Amino acid sequence: MKAVTWAGRNKVEVREVPDPTILNARDAIVRITSTAICGSDLHLVDGYVPTMQDGDVLGHEFMGEVIEVGSGVAPERLRVGDRVVVPFPIACGACGACAAELYSCCENSNPNAGIAEKMFGHPLAGIFGYSHLTGGFAGGQAQYARVPFADVGPLKIESELTDEQVLFLSDILPTGYMGAEMCDIQPSDVVAVWGAGPVGQFAMDSARMLGAATVIAIDKEPYRLRMAAEAGYVTINFDEVDVRSRLLELTGGRGPDKCIDAVGMEASHGSAHIHAYDRIKQAVRAETDRPHALRQAITSCRSGGIVSVVGVYGGFLDKFPAGAWMNRSLTLRTGQCHVQRYMEPLLRRIESGEVDPTRIITHTLPLDEAPHGFEIFKNKQDDCEKVVLKP
Amino acid sequence: MDLSATTTIRRPVSEVYAFWRRLENLPTFMAHLEEVRTTGERTSHWTASAPFGRTVEWTAEVTEEVPDEKIRWRSTDGADVPNTGAVLFVPAPDGVSTEVHVLLAYDIPGGELGKAVAKYFGEEPHQQLDDDLRRLKQVMETGEVVRSDGAPWGKRARKEFPQRPAMPLSAAELAKGVEA
Repeated sequence: MKAVTWAGRNKVEVREVPDPTILNARDAIVRITSTAICGSDLHLVDGYVPTMQDGDVLGHEFMGEVIEVGSGVAPERLRVGDRVVVPFPIACGACGACAAELYSCCENSNPNAGIAEKMFGHPLAGIFGYSHLTGGFAGGQAQYARVPFADVGPLKIESELTDEQVLFLSDILPTGYMGAEMCDIQPSDVVAVWGAGPVGQFAMDSARMLGAATVIAIDKEPYRLRMAAEAGYVTINFDEVDVRSRLLELTGGRGPDKCIDAVGMEASHGSAHIHAYDRIKQAVRAETDRPHALRQAITSCRSGGIVSVVGVYGGFLDKFPAGAWMNRSLTLRTGQCHVQRYMEPLLRRIESGEVDPTRIITHTLPLDEAPHGFEIFKNKQDDCEKVVLKP
Repeated sequence: MDLSATTTIRRPVSEVYAFWRRLENLPTFMAHLEEVRTTGERTSHWTASAPFGRTVEWTAEVTEEVPDEKIRWRSTDGADVPNTGAVLFVPAPDGVSTEVHVLLAYDIPGGELGKAVAKYFGEEPHQQLDDDLRRLKQVMETGEVVRSDGAPWGKRARKEFPQRPAMPLSAAELAKGVEA
């Protein structure tokens, strides 16, 4: 089959690779009808996530048709012919973490848990196409994928919704939603979202769905801010104005009640020298993550507010504003999304028209053109917000 | 050399105890064990892999067993690598899980064999036992050892670093893996 593979830092290649097979009894094989490039794929391609190997199949946002199931999958749960969206964290459904609905912390799904444990203190779940630290599972930017614990994760789509309407249930819609949910939004809340990429846009939609009074988008790409403005959000371009001053203006000096970091480890900074400081430290591996958005979210948030982090961090960061965080009674909440927890309720919201995930799609390309998709998404060319690939 | 490791398994104590007490089950999750064969009420014959295709064998006897609480064993006289082991089963505070605490002690001999054994355990002997218990947890909670494209052969994963790419296996690789 054809698959999008990592071929070294900043190199993505479409290659012919073997078709997947059942390796565990609870596996299924899915013929992929739609898949997408995620912002977190860029962290892999950019070389900021260790344990990538030449030939690793990328992709963790995908859906398609079940063409084979292992002997351990009950037919009432999943059968050949089912149309499914596959959540990016692989979860067993039986361990303590899964019992607590902390699916992205599944204790069993990562065969390389020993390595992850060394880096993070405790292991994290297996994730499709997301380095060997998260298990070494082939990803979904391909014609077919093996889906472990297929009786736990995949969501069956039984209505007539298009792929484009439901594909993002695999990751970014639940991720944005969890970002907003962690904010415990109250009706009077002003919610500021750093990053108007796909996850940021869905965090904004979710903040509004959960009843926020005002939602503010912070980014520097005019097309991303335009997309947020068209959806009805207040925008701040950090290349043009000082973010903190503007946030104070918009909130009568209080600061946003809730702040969401939808940027993560490769943030840009309006101030060239601060950006250069983090960029250089990261380049020489003195710091693994550039935490600018997080710093600004913490210092901007009103006292007693909540800072919710869904942008991806991989290692260590410095100049963490611990003083602001501690002395102003801020709550910091975070997590890789526990997608399985949100798929069903968010599907209902898509069906009822409360949220339209298709609004962020700017490019649909054949799988063969994935390298071009990565290029324009990474370099923010051609107003690229979200690339859907058709295998 | 003394090793200890612990894990929490979301299954009742009686079930985890029974699985372990059936010593034939140990090789399904303990990387170095090839086979354990029960030879009597308290005795069993153990075969472990060693470097360079060698195997080490010994007879073990259970020296203490308290159902749903603990099992202790030791190799009998004449073992190449005299060893003792104990496993304790403790109900976890959540009321549904079992804490498994394992203690192993190896009396590593001098000479070639001692060197080979030391090399086998490598610089991080604890890692192997931690990984063994992770696989025990996988087997008890999910039914089998979890496989990925990067680590497709279950308990042999440790020998496979750096791993094969996270790319589906070819028919030839699959055939080779099944046979190995």
